Amino acid sequence: MSTEPLATFESSVADLGVELVRTTAGEFESTLAPRLDAPAVGTPLPFEGVALPAAVETDPTVADLEAAATGVTAAGYGIADYGSVVIQGGPDGEEPVSLYADEHVAVLAASDLLPDMDATFDRLAEDVRSGAGQAVIATGPSATADMGALVKGAHGPMDVTVVLLEDR
Amino acid sequence: MSVDDRRRKAERIRRLLDTEGDSVHENTRVFNEGRYESTAALEDYEELKDEARAIKEDAIERLPELLDRVTEAVEADGGSVYLADDADDANRYIEEVVDGRSVVKSKSMTSEEIEVNDALEAGGADVWETDLAEFVLQVADEAPSHIVAPAIHKSREEIADLFNEVFEPDEPLETAEELTRFAREYLGERILDAEVGMTGANFVTADTGTLALVTSEGNARKCVQATDTHVAVAGVEKVIPNVEDLRPFVELIGRSGTGQDLTSYLSLFTPPGDSPTFGDGAGAGSDDERPLESGDDREFHLVLIDNGRMAMREDDDLRETLYCIRCSACANSCANFQHVGGHAFGGETYSGGIATGWEAGVHGEESAAEFNDLCTGCSRCVNQCPVKIDIPWINTVVRDRINRGAEGDFDFLVEGLTPDAEPGGLDPQKRLFGNFDTLARLGSTFAPLSNWVARTDPARSLMERTLGVDARRELPAFERESLVEWFEDRGARVAPDEARRTAALYPDAYTNYVRTERGKAAVRVLEALDVRVEVPAAGESGRAPLSQGMVATARSNAEAVYEALSPVVAAGHDVVVIEPSDLAMFRREYDRLLPEDEHAALREDSYEVMEYVHGLLANGADADALAAGDGERIAYHSHCQQRTLGLEPHTVSVLEERGFDVATSDVECCGMAGSFGYKSEYYDLSVDVGESLVDQFTTDDTADRAVVASGTSCLEQLDALLSRRPAHPVRLLDAR
Repeated sequence: MSTEPLATFESSVADLGVELVRTTAGEFESTLAPRLDAPAVGTPLPFEGVALPAAVETDPTVADLEAAATGVTAAGYGIADYGSVVIQGGPDGEEPVSLYADEHVAVLAASDLLPDMDATFDRLAEDVRSGAGQAVIATGPSATADMGALVKGAHGPMDVTVVLLEDR
Repeated sequence: MSVDDRRRKAERIRRLLDTEGDSVHENTRVFNEGRYESTAALEDYEELKDEARAIKEDAIERLPELLDRVTEAVEADGGSVYLADDADDANRYIEEVVDGRSVVKSKSMTSEEIEVNDALEAGGADVWETDLAEFVLQVADEAPSHIVAPAIHKSREEIADLFNEVFEPDEPLETAEELTRFAREYLGERILDAEVGMTGANFVTADTGTLALVTSEGNARKCVQATDTHVAVAGVEKVIPNVEDLRPFVELIGRSGTGQDLTSYLSLFTPPGDSPTFGDGAGAGSDDERPLESGDDREFHLVLIDNGRMAMREDDDLRETLYCIRCSACANSCANFQHVGGHAFGGETYSGGIATGWEAGVHGEESAAEFNDLCTGCSRCVNQCPVKIDIPWINTVVRDRINRGAEGDFDFLVEGLTPDAEPGGLDPQKRLFGNFDTLARLGSTFAPLSNWVARTDPARSLMERTLGVDARRELPAFERESLVEWFEDRGARVAPDEARRTAALYPDAYTNYVRTERGKAAVRVLEALDVRVEVPAAGESGRAPLSQGMVATARSNAEAVYEALSPVVAAGHDVVVIEPSDLAMFRREYDRLLPEDEHAALREDSYEVMEYVHGLLANGADADALAAGDGERIAYHSHCQQRTLGLEPHTVSVLEERGFDVATSDVECCGMAGSFGYKSEYYDLSVDVGESLVDQFTTDDTADRAVVASGTSCLEQLDALLSRRPAHPVRLLDAR
């Protein structure tokens, strides 16, 4: 992939207050471990040679979800123009894991970084037609201005980190 | 409207200005500025709007077919689709599905429209609004004041007081963070307990049965994920053909609404989905060591609601309303809405400019009649609507229908004696302002006597009681000699063979009978630039009756204007217009009133006077023939309709070229808006809106500047609210 979408993505996520961590499959665990606030929950990652640290609970109870400080999931793809990640919810629980923890850590393969909304909807449409029941374009943390001022962290996470696997 | 009705309406507006106005103003200002900023960053903004519009036009055209397709798609995935005729029908179905179980809801205006909460609660179900603003309103037992941010009328302090009183937390809640955290936890428990999740849908795609939900808080996601029964409620107009069609809407909706490039979450649900659920809520409240349950048995019901929409689809004037994506741009860009909010500027469910279309279509004209007059036709919403709905036109048409439906005090025999083409039941206030041309002609004929009489206390008191003309407003003083008469005596001063161009200066009713000085200045300025000027006796453009919803009268005025100006246009001459609201008639509204070729002729050959001067200077006319500014400091307020036509920069550019130092306002409207500020029921609102403009012209930088404005209404409002006497910009260029 060209460097241009990555540069755009970097500046887009920075505008959203989302931290971008660049790493490789080999360095993934050592990069992630110090960033995991406990307790952490997660869903299995589909990237070759990449696994979650043992401390991450992948079969959480409702109480685990409620108590989680960190939730780690894969992101199906990223959108450079907007700094968004697309979370594909499935039986492993990507939807609740990315939603209940205080911080959501989204793991994104560099090859899945798309330049813009056109490219995103081409992919989304393809996914929907091949049976993907749920996709969320998530852009920054959950937020509300309903209580008289902007607050990050409404019903969803208050922080988002994107871990980019540069060799995937 | 009776004098008592006017008084009651004025009191209600005054109360809302006092209690809710500040919060509404502060919040809509943020949304409005955010929208300008966010859409400016979009390179293909206009193309996206065209694309979005085309998708909606096509979808509404093919709606019956798309409803069949979406039904097939949802049923193929194991879900159910119910097409509900009306609110009762929808509620009956939803009640059966819910069957007394507890419900958590995300924000949905359509669910407000059918009042499903009341129906479910009557059936014994617990229903919790989980959107934080909707939750505030549920606790406060109040109605939404804005279609996107429903508690926009409440300040943080008011919400804190409410929560502290109702929930009695150990530590009183104070900050927005504390209030948010409290509500999240409180509602988090309700979500764990719930068995049914109810959402709306911003869009539904017919090809795949996918729901698109545009949200920020994450509550809609939780409502769907946690429960194993999902009920989605949407108007039939939300169906669009394909998943790919979502793209322009996704890029436009957040920007157009709250000014966010994207909201935090855009969920695409293609139910039933297979995310694990929290099951049936058993064990909730304990330590909750229960595992997540498989999502394989999720149940999904899509309830698509007609409730008047299919009839709107058949209605040539209301159909456009169905293109609305409920973004709220029309509310946020509306000066009246910014000041008074949706509790005044709204009907049973919907609020803001487009609400007139929705309310007339789903609840009936009586609901629209409550607030329809708050649309002054200023047109500021027109360029803001992401699907390019002509919102002022919808307001005008519905006003016309309300006028025609009204039971009048007048016998039908009197109808033949009225000066217009309107029904006997028309409110005399509307008839007065709609026939301003007749009034001005008479006023001029009998001036100055007419001015003296009109200013007497008994006359003003009578006018207020019978016509609702507020006695606190100064009335326009009519000139004995009209501009047309003045010009007839004087004659043209540039010979045809020496003329750079030939132009007809359109004598709008105000310039012709009231503010003749700006007409004379315009003649001299154009002549100084070697333009041969004529001032034909063309009548009122139709703006005055149109603003009162008197469409038939507006049309007959438009036809007369065209007849008067067609020789000018046929000769290849230009039409120059001083009053921006009349130019906007020629450019925009005549599309609805005249045959296409006649409208096109006027649209192509008409110019706002300063736009015309700008063009003359750009084409070699000698700027030095105009008065020089020599650094004079000016505060310039452009006119709402002029800005919608993109013509503010021309005035600024000409003034700067002549050496004036120009500061500009950026309020959406002066608040006067033709007759609006004269109406006793709206006087306070008009002044409140005007004060925002006054604030901009009384800063350290602007307080000493000479005030200049392009519109008659703006000049009157500024004249009333400032001690500096404002003038039309063309007068600054008049070397005499």
